[in-house]
Amino acid sequence: MAMRLNKHKTFKTGGIHPHDNKLSAQVAITPLPLPKMVTIPIIQHIGAPAKIVVNRGDMVKTGQIIAKHEGFVSSNIHASVSGRVGVIEEVMDSTGFKHMAINIRVKGDDWEESIDRNDALIEEIKLTPKEIVNRIMEAGVVGMGGAAFPSHVKLSVPEGKHVDHLLINGVECEPYLTADHRVMLEKPKEIIVGIKILMKALGVQKAIIGIEDNKADAIEIFQQLLKNEKHIGVEALEVQYPQGGEKQLIQALLNREVPSGGLPADVGVIVHNVGTTFAVYEAVQKNKPLLERVVTVTGKSVKQPSNFLVRIGTPVIDLLIAAGGVPEDTGKIVSGGPMMGKAIADLDVPVAKGTSGILLIPKAEASRSEIYNCVHCGKCIEACPMGLEPYRLLIMSKKGNNKRAKEEHILDCIECGSCSFVCPSNRPILDYIRLGKTQLKKQKNV
Amino acid sequence: MSAGLLTVSPSPHIHTDLTVPQIMRGVIIAMIPALLFSVYNFGLGAVYVTLLAILFCVVIEYAIARYLLKRPASIYDGSAIITGMLLAFNVPSNLPWHIILIGSAVAIGIGKMSFGGLGNNPFNPALVGRVFLLLSFPVEMTSWPKAGATWSLDAVTSATPLGILKDGLRAGDTVPELMNQMPSYTDFFFGLQGGSLGEMSAFAILLGLIYMLYRKIITWHIPLSMLATILLMTGIFWLIDPTRFANPLFHLLTGGIMLGAVFMATDYVTSPFTHRGMLVFGVGIGVLTVVIRLFGSYPEGVSFAILIMNAFVPLINSYAKQPRYGSKSQRHKAYQEKLEKEVKATP
Repeated sequence: MAMRLNKHKTFKTGGIHPHDNKLSAQVAITPLPLPKMVTIPIIQHIGAPAKIVVNRGDMVKTGQIIAKHEGFVSSNIHASVSGRVGVIEEVMDSTGFKHMAINIRVKGDDWEESIDRNDALIEEIKLTPKEIVNRIMEAGVVGMGGAAFPSHVKLSVPEGKHVDHLLINGVECEPYLTADHRVMLEKPKEIIVGIKILMKALGVQKAIIGIEDNKADAIEIFQQLLKNEKHIGVEALEVQYPQGGEKQLIQALLNREVPSGGLPADVGVIVHNVGTTFAVYEAVQKNKPLLERVVTVTGKSVKQPSNFLVRIGTPVIDLLIAAGGVPEDTGKIVSGGPMMGKAIADLDVPVAKGTSGILLIPKAEASRSEIYNCVHCGKCIEACPMGLEPYRLLIMSKKGNNKRAKEEHILDCIECGSCSFVCPSNRPILDYIRLGKTQLKKQKNV
Repeated sequence: MSAGLLTVSPSPHIHTDLTVPQIMRGVIIAMIPALLFSVYNFGLGAVYVTLLAILFCVVIEYAIARYLLKRPASIYDGSAIITGMLLAFNVPSNLPWHIILIGSAVAIGIGKMSFGGLGNNPFNPALVGRVFLLLSFPVEMTSWPKAGATWSLDAVTSATPLGILKDGLRAGDTVPELMNQMPSYTDFFFGLQGGSLGEMSAFAILLGLIYMLYRKIITWHIPLSMLATILLMTGIFWLIDPTRFANPLFHLLTGGIMLGAVFMATDYVTSPFTHRGMLVFGVGIGVLTVVIRLFGSYPEGVSFAILIMNAFVPLINSYAKQPRYGSKSQRHKAYQEKLEKEVKATP
């Protein structure tokens, strides 16, 4: 209801306004020193785990494939460092599950010769659309906003679907995180080439970069660089969570709504994150696989909130030490943002392709407060960006009434956490919705 | 660092500051201007009645929770304090203590705890208590002390403007004649009129409304739709026959309309979830209030109107829903057809 002059676009259904706390927005990206050892899980993406193609004791070079994708919805995994392959064992990753992972003891930094490590911008796109998709698949590029969906799958539009818009997600609506913001400030030209590559691969004529208006500097840079571009636009968006949700971004920028159970391609749209777009540029123009990424290390008590360029597989503890150590009052460590990130139990958890940030939460804010009865305030309904009725989904899931919950579109839930955030009674709404969704998926599999 | 020290829980990891106790505290703060005003108006009687009602409500809720329901006392969320305050706001400032006790017992015991406590009651507890008292003790509940800084416990009583209007019309007087016997609109607005403890001053209640809107405790939907409906309906009747019907401003500023619109109808538990539903709810209360005021036998109808609309809340909730994302199938279908044509057109 807020009346504002010069109002920017935003999504129309629900939404919340948590404090954005972008502590590290002005801190330039610095490369983290090479770790002594990396642990690279063979599943860092949505889909099938990759198949390990190295053995203990092998010497590997930086950029060498160590696990090959299995099937189409899967992703290649590359060595992010050079050195000797150590034990291949199950380790706990940031999701809290154990997965097979390859340990590599770092020796020097010896890169594959095929990778162009020169910083010079290459604008000319030589590859054909098919070759681009292939190169992205080989480079193991996945969505870097958090969900880590293999990018080549998104670029292979199903038969019969027509895509007319490419949306680039530079929203970064999660509080605290600034990784995408920094990439946009420091690599805008590369991102624009990346967008052109994606447009060529998809055969679309129109691309829009959506950026929240708390990143005015990034919006300005792109407006400057795109002054003479007819086909790529920049759109400032209101600061509102979850603006960066794929479905919300489509609603905000194009006023289209993805149907229940559908994909963005159903309404003629493909969405890619800016970080992914930069990785696409590097994969296609520099032949560089996805082996490092920008990770924000932040939190109210963190000494030096930072944005690091980190090799995949680096243990979280190395990042924390580089940011000034773990503060005394730390009560919770989250991999990702505060709204959708996962709390980790162990500081040896490796950075994965989808790790956008490490957030340290003080003890005082780490645990949940007392739960009261539902007071029927309706704030969860008001907040839900999918227009669901979260309080009812909680009751249905609690009672095991999954059939009713399905009729009430529980499967449309994007798990953004807005309902749990606003609930004045601290009710664990999203927890129960997740439970209901999981039970429904299990029933389907039986 | 030992991993055992870290909390692990599912997302989200941050939470709004606006929790139930915070909200209840906010509502109590919002009621303070109205309370101060009634102290100015009625003196110690207002303080006495308010404190007694709060004490009774809290003690009764504690007793029921601990000894009847055998569960932890639920008084720390502050909702019993609000029920007590609202009950006091709805009664005359010279009400004897035993009637306040009965009112509190009905409000908390029957209105709230019998349904399972906070969040489960279909009707506004304070209004349940108030209407019970109005029907059981009609004399005590309708002899209001005269306003104007009377600092003693037994003051002269006077009728409310609405009472003067209703009785006068029944006796055959016209509205303009009756208006001459009443205080000015400025007095109405600031609260120099007869009436229940907290309903006097539209000004003080509006301060509370602004505070609650600012803190985002409530939205404008219920108060505005209710007040607008009353303004519109009484306005139409006034235009039809100004000798039989009082003007809309008089209706807005007298009786419990402001108190009802700001503090009673906006109760989370007994009002609809969605903004659409809130608008329906507010309009419904407005219509019923005007009908009771103009054509009913009671001079005032806000309490009844709110209680009746409380009963409709489940129905309103099942119809007035938030539009679901992706439900705009019409637009979507049109878009799909357009796309299909485009695809067919390209060779």
